[in-house]
Amino acid sequence: MAKVTIDGIEIEVPNGFTVLQAAEAAGREIPRFCYHDRLSIAGNCRMCLVEIEKMPKPVASCGQPVADGMVISTDSEKIREARRGVMEFLLINHPLDCPICDQGGECDLQDEALGYGRSYSRYHEPKRAVSEKYLGPLVKTVMTRCIHCTRCVRFLAEIAGVPELGAVSRGESMEITNYIERGLSSELSGNIIDLCPVGALTSKPYAFTARAWELNKVDSIDVLDAIGTNIRVDSRGGEVLRILPRLNDGVNEEWLADKGRFAIDGNKRRRLDRPWVREAGKLRPATWQEAFAAIARRLEGLTGDRIGAIAGDLCDAESMFALKTLMQSLGSRNLDCRQDGAFLDPSRRAFYLFNTTIAGLDEADALLIIGANPRREAPVLNARIRRRWMELSQFEVGLIGADVDLTYPAERLGSDPSVIAALRTGSVDFARKLEAAKKPAVILGYSALMRPDGAALLAAAWRLALHFNMIRADWNGFNVLHRAAARVGGLDLGFVPQEGGQSASQMLVGGVDALWLLGADEIDAAKIPANTYVIYQGHHGDRGAARADVILPGSTYLEKPGLYVNLEGRVQEAARAIFPPGEAREDWAIIRAFSDVVGKTLPFNDMKEARESLVNACPVFGEIGTLRRLATLDTTPPAGDPDAVSSEPLVEPFENYYQTDPISRASPTMARCVDEILSPGRAAAE
Amino acid sequence: MLSDKDRIFTNLYGLHDWRLRGARARGDWDGTAAIIARGRDAIVEEVKASGLRGRGGAGFPTGLKWSFMPKQSDGRPSYLVINADEGEPGTCKDRDILRYDPHKLIEGCLLAGAGMGANAAYIYVRGEFHQEYRNLQAAIDEAYQAGLIGTNACRSGFDFDIHVHRGAGAYICGEESALLESIEGKKGMPRMKPPFPAAIGLYGCPTTVNNVETIAVVPTILRRGAAWFSALGRPKNTGTKIFCISGHVNRPCNVEEEMGIPLRDLIEKHAGGVRGGWDNLLAIIPGGSSVPVLPKSICDSVLMDYDSLRDARSGLGTAAVIVMDRSTDLIRAIARLSAFYKHESCGQCTPCREGTGWMMRVMNRLVEGRAEIAEIDLLEQVTRQVEGHTICALGDAAAWPIQGLLRHFRPMVEVRIANYHSRDTRRVAAE
Repeated sequence: MAKVTIDGIEIEVPNGFTVLQAAEAAGREIPRFCYHDRLSIAGNCRMCLVEIEKMPKPVASCGQPVADGMVISTDSEKIREARRGVMEFLLINHPLDCPICDQGGECDLQDEALGYGRSYSRYHEPKRAVSEKYLGPLVKTVMTRCIHCTRCVRFLAEIAGVPELGAVSRGESMEITNYIERGLSSELSGNIIDLCPVGALTSKPYAFTARAWELNKVDSIDVLDAIGTNIRVDSRGGEVLRILPRLNDGVNEEWLADKGRFAIDGNKRRRLDRPWVREAGKLRPATWQEAFAAIARRLEGLTGDRIGAIAGDLCDAESMFALKTLMQSLGSRNLDCRQDGAFLDPSRRAFYLFNTTIAGLDEADALLIIGANPRREAPVLNARIRRRWMELSQFEVGLIGADVDLTYPAERLGSDPSVIAALRTGSVDFARKLEAAKKPAVILGYSALMRPDGAALLAAAWRLALHFNMIRADWNGFNVLHRAAARVGGLDLGFVPQEGGQSASQMLVGGVDALWLLGADEIDAAKIPANTYVIYQGHHGDRGAARADVILPGSTYLEKPGLYVNLEGRVQEAARAIFPPGEAREDWAIIRAFSDVVGKTLPFNDMKEARESLVNACPVFGEIGTLRRLATLDTTPPAGDPDAVSSEPLVEPFENYYQTDPISRASPTMARCVDEILSPGRAAAE
Repeated sequence: MLSDKDRIFTNLYGLHDWRLRGARARGDWDGTAAIIARGRDAIVEEVKASGLRGRGGAGFPTGLKWSFMPKQSDGRPSYLVINADEGEPGTCKDRDILRYDPHKLIEGCLLAGAGMGANAAYIYVRGEFHQEYRNLQAAIDEAYQAGLIGTNACRSGFDFDIHVHRGAGAYICGEESALLESIEGKKGMPRMKPPFPAAIGLYGCPTTVNNVETIAVVPTILRRGAAWFSALGRPKNTGTKIFCISGHVNRPCNVEEEMGIPLRDLIEKHAGGVRGGWDNLLAIIPGGSSVPVLPKSICDSVLMDYDSLRDARSGLGTAAVIVMDRSTDLIRAIARLSAFYKHESCGQCTPCREGTGWMMRVMNRLVEGRAEIAEIDLLEQVTRQVEGHTICALGDAAAWPIQGLLRHFRPMVEVRIANYHSRDTRRVAAE
């Protein structure tokens, strides 16, 4: 610890602290542009200058380590004068076009200019102008506004691991560019918009849409991947205009993946805004009463085992719980939340959670990835793995599966899952590295679990984890990498086939006569026989709705409150930012209303009661936001024969990161990403 | 005046053989193994006692700098890096050492390496120095062949390798941390300090960066003793120094002289005096383009060493004496320097990136006089806003020439502006 005096405040701070951090600890704010606490220190903006006794020149506090007995003044007249000078330099070549700049109102430069800027310019020479750079369909550039803080360059190089930005030329002519003028290929590229302290990088889809102070801000949870990124939803007049990440060190730190940020324009397109009923092979608009009556008519006389329900990827826990309760009261045991057919053993949480926890990855020292591409399936989590690799001189990552670029080096052990057995017997070198590691972890992905031998792979991965002592009292290194925000919640509340019930794949091929699809779109609708009566409850006219006999319009995650459980088992609460369009309703309420029609009234009348009964039935939903790391001593393996693994190679989990769910498929921005980033040649040809 | 027996650079003009045989004849590589055998601490102490200060411009005591290197390795190797990226306008001393006396540098590298526990040296040669690079490389090859460097250098039991790295022509790569970045293959941009190179330098390892001339005088100091070297010059400003005299003198030259020689003596004895006589002198930049210009009144009496020039609010810099007689348009000369610094600013940190361009543009207008009187003060303030606020010293170097001009020649600038306005017929017509 070092004792320092900052503006007369004596404070003890750890030795590695910089002066800027120490000042923050003392409650003194120091203006900065280039410094960011999650990026490397550049020290180039010179705004954070402070005066330190016995040092002749002002010092950039962001890069100066504290020393015992330092006397620092952060706000002397000399320092103010120095900062005014720096501010003047920043502004002489800045276009001062705040009235037409999207950053206006939330611009660091604007804010600091209030304190350190002049009200007039002393610069009468020609100003610099910089040509725009093309960074893809997500990030808009106005490079004349750039103050060369290099936060974007450092973010892409350090956090995202896709070093596609850099600076060319020197001096005044220095420009930030990607040089080849192609879209940024990082799944985290949107974060450079947040990082940019000025209006040089702004959101392209949001350009000229709104001012920061006009927006309604609601804290919520992202559901377009299974991380449970904490977000802030900004809306105006019933329309969500943008989504920004919120700080949560346990989950997303302060990053948000591009899909969660930019797919929101899918929220208002292809929406189901009224009920529809199929008559004589054609869907016609209907009233809620007509739709409910049609379903009730069809259900009449059906025994419970001929009725089934499948929950999709974006469902909130309350609506799944309501549907489960309804199905049970109708006598059905056919429930499944695993529409993709992934084999997930619901009997114990440890079998399907990301047990290490996201924050726990910061302790891991070796990692084996089986059939997953975290870069595409969970970009924010991948950034954490990458950071761990940057921190440790030796962080061994092994990969069984398709050859993918994870943004950090991974030793590819082949795509044949029989390597798992070879690792256990020690005939693969990587086994030595797992053995040597103190806290090794394994990540099992969906491209393994969705195979016919998924059960065997799950059991084999579990056995491997036990073999390398990954599951013990102080460390659980067995992880399943989920893609869907609803999945863990569905498994937690038991939206799985009950004793003797049918699985999703059985239901889809004619196992039931009436099938209730709750937002289930990742299915092969062509497999459903013509005489199966399909009730689709959801928000987008996607695959499920196209096949439906009755459509019940529901709400997206932006339009209803609800609980979601992220892949590590953290229960988080999403909030309503806007109301659903037209006659669409909150999903739990639709099910509650229908239960009335068939005389099986559900025992709750509002959201609060619904959540209470959910917590009563399933206590894990009672702890919102917090997470308990499970100390697992129970090593009973999951169902499945670990030796029945086939040698079929594992395939790339998904190639199209941008379109994975009904919302992102309806999003024009995501479609542009596919055109311009995934297949840039095609866009150019058109 | 320096007597011939005290000269270190006896082949400064390339009149003799620069190769190993000639170097040996001049006394190089004599008893090198014995010097190494004195031990690491003895070498550093000797250099400390000699009072040698860095010849690259900043004048930091060399022995002290070496003593910052770790005594015990933590597993990382230590490196010696030689700054041969001589780019300071007016300076051409290292160039002559590289091409005419390369063995002095090579032997110096070995001894400095022994003194700081570094087994490898990187010599960063300015990209434009093609012939110099070839001579240096040939000399290194000779030294390897003769067993003077490499494994068991000079049979001293000390292993030492020298690598030559060529720059690509950026002035900023002469700044020590930008130079390290450049060797590492990155864009030449100075690093933040701390950490200093002695802690984290080249490839993250402890590194000392020294100027060519500094290292090239080390073997002679160690051979002839610190007492001899420190007897030359004045206290704290000891030894000899190569002065590069250019501009309006009768015989521009490089010359090795004792530190602390009066500027006037230096020019009159070695450069044949100022063109048209001493009274025709207008101003002198005494230490390369980065230091403030001095008017004749100061030049009359100032001594050429670190402390005297600092007291005259200028600096010894690289000891590149740029002489300007009364035919010089001094404003234009300084404006040219401003253009140089604007062009060479790396663009990393704000004051220098933005300030150098601003200063250049105002200076360009001042050349014509197309400015208001108030803009002189504005320009002065801008130089103060740049000075001392940047990561490296390039910001200071850009500010000082202008400060020197305004400090000593402000009336000249005012007259220029007044003349411009009196000529301005449009203004008269408009009124």
